[in-house]
Order: sequence, then structure tokens, then C-alpha cells
Amino acid sequence: MLSEGSSFLKGMVLGGVFCLILSLLGTFSPGITSQTEQHLHHHLKPLSKEELQKLSENQMSEVTQQVQVYCVIMVTPKILVYWATANDTWSKHCDRSVFYSSESAKALEAVDLQEQDEWARLRKALLHAYENAGGLRWFFIARPTTFAIIENLKYLVLVKDPSEPFYIGHVQKSGELEYVEYESGIVLSYEALKRLVGMFKDESKCPERAHALWKVSEEKQLATCLKYSGVFAENGEDAQGKELFNKKTVGMLISDSMVQNPNDVVEACCSDMAITFSGMNPSQMQVMMYGVYRLRPYGHNFHDSLTFLPPKGSDND
Amino acid sequence: MGQRLFICGVFLGFSLVLQFLKTGFQIVGEDQNGVYTGYNVSAWRTENKLLLIPVFTFSDNLAKQLSRKVRVLCWVMTAPQYLKTRTQHVRATWAQHCNAVLYMSSETSDFPTVGLNVSEGRDQLYWKTIRALQYIHTHHLHTADWFLKADDDTFVVMENLRRFLCRQDTEQPVYFGHRFRVFIKQGYMSGGAGYVLSREALRRFIQGFSSGRCTHTSSVEDLALGQCMETMGVKAGDSRDEEQREAFNPFRPDQHLLNPGTKKPTFEYSYYPKIRGPGCCSDFAISFHYIRPEQMYELQYYTYHLHPFGYKYRFNPQCNFFSNSITNYSINF
Repeated sequence: MLSEGSSFLKGMVLGGVFCLILSLLGTFSPGITSQTEQHLHHHLKPLSKEELQKLSENQMSEVTQQVQVYCVIMVTPKILVYWATANDTWSKHCDRSVFYSSESAKALEAVDLQEQDEWARLRKALLHAYENAGGLRWFFIARPTTFAIIENLKYLVLVKDPSEPFYIGHVQKSGELEYVEYESGIVLSYEALKRLVGMFKDESKCPERAHALWKVSEEKQLATCLKYSGVFAENGEDAQGKELFNKKTVGMLISDSMVQNPNDVVEACCSDMAITFSGMNPSQMQVMMYGVYRLRPYGHNFHDSLTFLPPKGSDND
Repeated sequence: MGQRLFICGVFLGFSLVLQFLKTGFQIVGEDQNGVYTGYNVSAWRTENKLLLIPVFTFSDNLAKQLSRKVRVLCWVMTAPQYLKTRTQHVRATWAQHCNAVLYMSSETSDFPTVGLNVSEGRDQLYWKTIRALQYIHTHHLHTADWFLKADDDTFVVMENLRRFLCRQDTEQPVYFGHRFRVFIKQGYMSGGAGYVLSREALRRFIQGFSSGRCTHTSSVEDLALGQCMETMGVKAGDSRDEEQREAFNPFRPDQHLLNPGTKKPTFEYSYYPKIRGPGCCSDFAISFHYIRPEQMYELQYYTYHLHPFGYKYRFNPQCNFFSNSITNYSINF
């Protein structure tokens, strides 16, 4: 009896030691699974906390530094105050933010595209962004009333390879075409942008001026051009399936939630790691800046497992 | 038989260690203040393949610990007609973070509300305050350490209130809030932004009325309360944060954060220099006023839910509320 017990114990010890050795040798560390098959799916989610914790310290800082976002912000001189607010608030968290305008304006520091047509303007802006990307590999396209939380965007694409084509946002369907809604922000990887710029040369598939009798919106034209180059839209959502890209303001989403889920308004409403809200006026943007980057309850720790530093030259975050 | 046991043992040992490595464990200790601090060994990283380094992340029980150490009773001034339109949203949001909450009204109800012996109306507000404080003094003097008054359109972040109160002594005659400089020498606290009384301050207020030194001087309840406080030697304290930014705010966030924000004259009443724009308000803000129900949920979302993942906040005051030494240990799996 005793010898059986002791052989059991010996077995346990051996098993435990074996496990430790395996883990030490790193063969047990799952690392980061290949992401190439994932972007064929239509729903794009960020890494889970468990997966994040499996990254080593070196991998973590490497990956955090590599994810850099070039923000393409489309403005017009008529809405100067929106440009000024975006400049003063969320766009400081982009690694580079460039404003693209339809015409020049003295007060605006923007790339003057001298173009009134929306689609042609977007094409020119994206071409400019591609040519001036430097080392940046992720591109975020915003309208003037959009507020983006760039850290959450970085988290979404954290270990995704920008040399794969990614086209992410809030996906809508129009007939057979799945496109990313312009209003709630569009994310493109470097490869997607590269293919798009290549497709610009093809006037039959991706014309600069639409010849059709009715005007097709820019978001759909973009989706079409990308589709021809083999890039498909993916819906950005969190682990619970909540939308990360929103075309409404927080206030509107809360009001909707108060009607639909009166017992659980905030939980049901919006994601903790939402990336965009849109339709925001400048004062709502200033409040959001405070609400997102400053206001918090003392003693709550989110255990985020990675670090993004605040930008230089900013005083409201 | 022995061999089978051996093999079972191998598997069992292997899976136990694997489980341990995956889920980690917690070390919980009690320091000399009787406060729990915890460490989670939640992940392991191999920098160098020969070393196994457990990673300690501080358990997020700090807010819970604080709520055990600094108990606050919230009393919300409301009225029967506002229960469904305003007070229920207070109950659904920030009131849940109070140690205890009382809804003060003219009528008792199943909400539940405490029915005070008053009628409704602006001219009755100070009577309501007096009766409410008498009720609290009679029934709840030791339910909590501090007593916070709020309106049904005030939004409060209780954790930040506790962060501030942790450094204060409730046996001192002191009260805090958004300090106004007008009308009273030492100033008084804005009612809408919420004010919080120490236990001694509450005692003195009640003594004031029972001795006749304090009377119903006006229906402007925050001003009248401020007069009684000054009469009874209760100090009007400074609740600004380490960067001299206000924590109790008598208006909505947009009215403070924008420059120019609001044009209301009471904005100029402040005791301390008024700042408009982002410098107005502490990161660890305690309250805002004139908050409609939709905005309550919005503020709840901004405070407790939406956050920039991984962002290192600029304002990180080094506050050592608890000593770092741990005296007793226990290990939880």
C-alpha cells in the first residue's frame, strides 16, 4: 500500500517537473498564432487578455512600438471649427495626423487637394498618404465629426500583419457589396492601401469620375476598388461582439439603450474599447477627451498589460 | 498496479502544474492598517529561457479596500414627482457605489424613500435638509464615517470621494464641497455640487439646532447650512487635488471644460481662482451638477467603462494611503 502511494507521489512529482521543463523550454508557449487565415473572416476582434499575457515583455514593447497609425482627416474650410477641435484633441494621439482639404484656407494647415468631388478628393488624399507614409503601416480615415481613440485602434490591430490586406470598420451591405461605413471611420493596412493605389490606375474598374447617371457614394466606390484588388471589408468588434466603430455619438447610443435596455443601459450600449464615435460637435469632442483620457475612478485597475505613452505637446489629456 | 498509479500520478502532477501556470494564484495580505492588499501571480514570462519569472500585478481591490476603510452614506434630495424621471437613474448608476444611500423626500415610499416631515418646494429646501440631517443623526450616526449630500441631478464618483476623504479625519469638525466665497466669511459649499460632512460636523449641526444657535435663516439651503457650519465652528475645507484643480463641480462637464463655458453668475462665486478649459477639473473629479438622466449614463460609461487601452495617464499622484509592508499572508488558488 505504502509503495503504491509513494509511486503515485513520485509520478506526480515527475509529471509536475516535466511540465515545468516543457514550459521553460518554451515549447509550451503558444506564442502568437498565425493571423493570416483570420482576416478572411468578416468579424475582426482584438487579442483576448489571455493571449496578450502570453506575449513576453520584449514582444510586447516591440509590437507596441511597431503599430503606428497615419491619420487621414478629410476637412473643408466651411467647418473650420471641427478641424481645429480634431487638431486639438484626438488627432494628437495619431503617430502622424494630416488634414486634407478641398481648397486652401489661411487658417488651416492642411494638404490642399484643390478638389471638390468627394471621391476624387479621397483618392488624392490616400495617394498622398501612401507616398508619404514613411515607416507607418496603418491608415485611419476620418470625417470631421469623428472622434477616434487611437490606442484602442492600435489594440485592435496589435498583432495583425500590415503586409496583409486589412480593410476594417463598421461593415454595411448594399446588394452584393460589403463596404465599410465612411462616417464611423475606415482602417486600411499598408498592403490594402498599396493595392488600392495600384487599382487607381485602372480606369475601367476604379474610375476617378463616376460615369453612371447617379452618384455612387465614396465609401462604396472605395469598397469596389478594394474588392477588385482582393481586399474585403471586415467588421471591427470586441470580444463580446459589440461594435467598435460607431457613427452615432455616445449620447445618442445611450438614449437608444435607455429605450431598448432600461435595466442595463451602459452594459448593453457600447464597448469598453470603442474606437470611434461620430456626428460629434466640437464641445462634445472636448468633453469626450476629458471623459476618455482623464476622468476615472481611483482604485480601478484595468490590467491592460501593455503601455501607450501620452503624446507630447498636449494639455487636455 | 503500482505502475498504473505512477502513470496517473504523472498525469495529475502535469495537469496541476499546468493549471497553476495558466491561471496563477493570489497572495492576499493584511497590513497594520487592517487593509488587504493583494498580488496576483497571473502570468509567467520567459525573457531568458532558463528563468521563470512570475509577474505580479496589483489586484484591483484597491477601490474595494477603500470602500471598507472610508464608509460614506449618501443622501439624495428628491421629491415624489422625480422618482421615475430622475432618481431611478441615480439609483441605477452612481448610488450603487455608496456604502449606504438614503433618498430623502416628503413622502415615504417603496422606492425606497425616507418621508421627512416637510412639503415640497424651493422654499422648503432648508427644512428638508434640517430634517434629513436630524434623521441621519438619529438613525445612522455610526452607519458611515462621512455623510454626502447630493441632488437628484448630481453625478458623483464615489471612489474619488473616498480617495480624498481617506486623508481626512472624521472626528474633526470639517465639511467639504465646491467652496463659494460670497456671503459668508469662511465661504460655504455649493448644494448642487454635493457636500460631505464629517461625523463631528453632523453632531455640531444637530447641536446647533437643539441649542438654538442655529435656526432656519433662509430657504437657500446651501447658504443656510454654511451659516450654521460657521456658527458651530465647522471648518469649510479645501477639496482641490494635488494640482489645485476642483473636484466638486457645480456645473456640467461641458460648462467647465469649454472656454468660454457657462455664463451663469454663480460660476464667479468660487473661493479659489476659477479656471475655464481643461485645467478646470481634476482627473479624479468627485461630482458634476445639472446632469440629466442620459448624461448620468454617459458619465457612467466614460468613468467606469470606456478607456484607452494601455494608456499611461499623465496625472499619477503618488499617494501612499496604505503602508507597503504586509504582515500576514494567505494564499488563495
